[in-house]
Amino acid sequence: MSQDTATRVLEVEGLRRAFGGLVAVNDLGFAVGQGEIMGLLGPNGSGKTTALNLISGVLRSDAGTIRLMGQNIAGLASYRIARLGLARTFQLVRVLDGMDCRENIKAGLAFQKPHVPAAEAEVRIDALLDRVGLAGHDRRPAADLTYIDRKRLELARALAAKPRLLLLDEWLAGLNPSELTVGIELIRSLKADGITIVLVEHVMSAVRALCDRCIVMSSGRKIAEGATADVLSDAAVVKAYLGGVAADA
Amino acid sequence: MSAKTAGLGVGALAALVLLAFVPRLGNAYYLALAISLLQYTVLATAWGMFSGPTRYVSLATTAFFGVGAYTVAVLGEILPWPLVLLIAAALGAIVAAIVGLSTLRLSGVYFVIFTFGLTELIRQLVVWFEVNKSRVLGRYVFVDITQADIYWQLLGLTAAVFLLGWLIARSRLGFALRVIGEDETVATHCGINTTFAKVALFTISATVMTLVGAIMAPRWTYIEPSIAFNSMISFQVLIMALLGGAHRLWGPVLGAVPLTLLFELLSARFPNTFTIILGCIFLLIVYMLPRGVAGLFEKLSTTPGGKTTERVAA
Repeated sequence: MSQDTATRVLEVEGLRRAFGGLVAVNDLGFAVGQGEIMGLLGPNGSGKTTALNLISGVLRSDAGTIRLMGQNIAGLASYRIARLGLARTFQLVRVLDGMDCRENIKAGLAFQKPHVPAAEAEVRIDALLDRVGLAGHDRRPAADLTYIDRKRLELARALAAKPRLLLLDEWLAGLNPSELTVGIELIRSLKADGITIVLVEHVMSAVRALCDRCIVMSSGRKIAEGATADVLSDAAVVKAYLGGVAADA
Repeated sequence: MSAKTAGLGVGALAALVLLAFVPRLGNAYYLALAISLLQYTVLATAWGMFSGPTRYVSLATTAFFGVGAYTVAVLGEILPWPLVLLIAAALGAIVAAIVGLSTLRLSGVYFVIFTFGLTELIRQLVVWFEVNKSRVLGRYVFVDITQADIYWQLLGLTAAVFLLGWLIARSRLGFALRVIGEDETVATHCGINTTFAKVALFTISATVMTLVGAIMAPRWTYIEPSIAFNSMISFQVLIMALLGGAHRLWGPVLGAVPLTLLFELLSARFPNTFTIILGCIFLLIVYMLPRGVAGLFEKLSTTPGGKTTERVAA
């Protein structure tokens, strides 16, 4: 993959965030190129979700720079980052329960700049419902959806803004094997559309199938980076940080 | 505009014209009652405009009502009436914007407590100013405004607040507030400037409340801080909006009308135990009607399957 500055969608340098005495993210740096899928791996508590929260503006970093399409977004409010083309899903799925599916997706595109004309928005919502497999459910309240459908809806909302960068926080967790196959295909199709993706994931078969490159975190630090196959076969990484999970995948 | 919307508009206009004739009935008691009904209708609707979608429970109604009433007490005799109303509205908006910017980052119970404290803070500031600077505590309101004038102004404000609420519900701002009410974190990630949206609606809602206070002020001939900043108003408005259902524009009025009549009855019959009864009513409402009368109507109007809860922007 090209490391040309022009094709870098996300560049993180020297990122640090501490909670009291605990340094959750420590001197983290990596870059993600246009159209690439980057896996963010590591044991629980290693700082993966904190890193996503820093990038998406939920948390402020203590130090470091985060560049989205070359623009430094460290310290910007979440809504500004969202308008610059970053969308995300959450570790614990978050949909708007009091609204129907159509409104949930509409929320994802209604507040983007420049504004999406109403007619185009409707077309886009229909296409997204279809794409994530929720066609025909547009007037169904989100609260009535099953777990997998809630995940689908959350992804559709994130995609509604036509993001340049998509952060997926364990989006494939909790799916059964056939749902997993569908989910992997769905994410792969996003890559084909040119969306750059950073995903935090524990499902190793999905990481192997999807990620071009991976970084592995432990105690807030990056301990490995490289092509997925290389990182996952790194004996030290497997033994110390993936607890042998990679071996069965 | 759909036929249904047009029908509603015509119906509302007809109701407005009919209601405009209430002062012509010539019965002072009914006029006074009608003024109370309109006062609480506007206050509860304005409260619901902000607190309904965002689910931020505000106890600051009295603070804004009092700012309006006191503006009239101070300026009512000096300036022409429309100008007094304009200044009251501007003051209310400024206070609301300052309060909004400094408190809407608070969530849940902290916001409730702060707004309650705000009323007391403003009251004490007014007392301090009156005692130390203007050296009067309590003012007489001598303005040339009749009861019928008060009624018509409130009726106009009622129409305006419903129109405003209807427009906001259809706007991007209204949709943004519903998303915020559902999940504020998601809202920010959808590109919503949540602080701006909340402060904007809080300010609009507070400006309306301030105007109610200003319009109502001539009803008392004598105003002092404990009258203008009576925190009971905050609680009554909250109860009314919750009983009616704050998630709909037309919800709060369903609570305001019956409860104003009930308060009228109770305060006349049981002047000493009135507040205890009020507390019990509040508990009952929360337990029996968590989504208010509006929620009850919706429940009854859905099919037994219960899946047809189509939500129109409220």
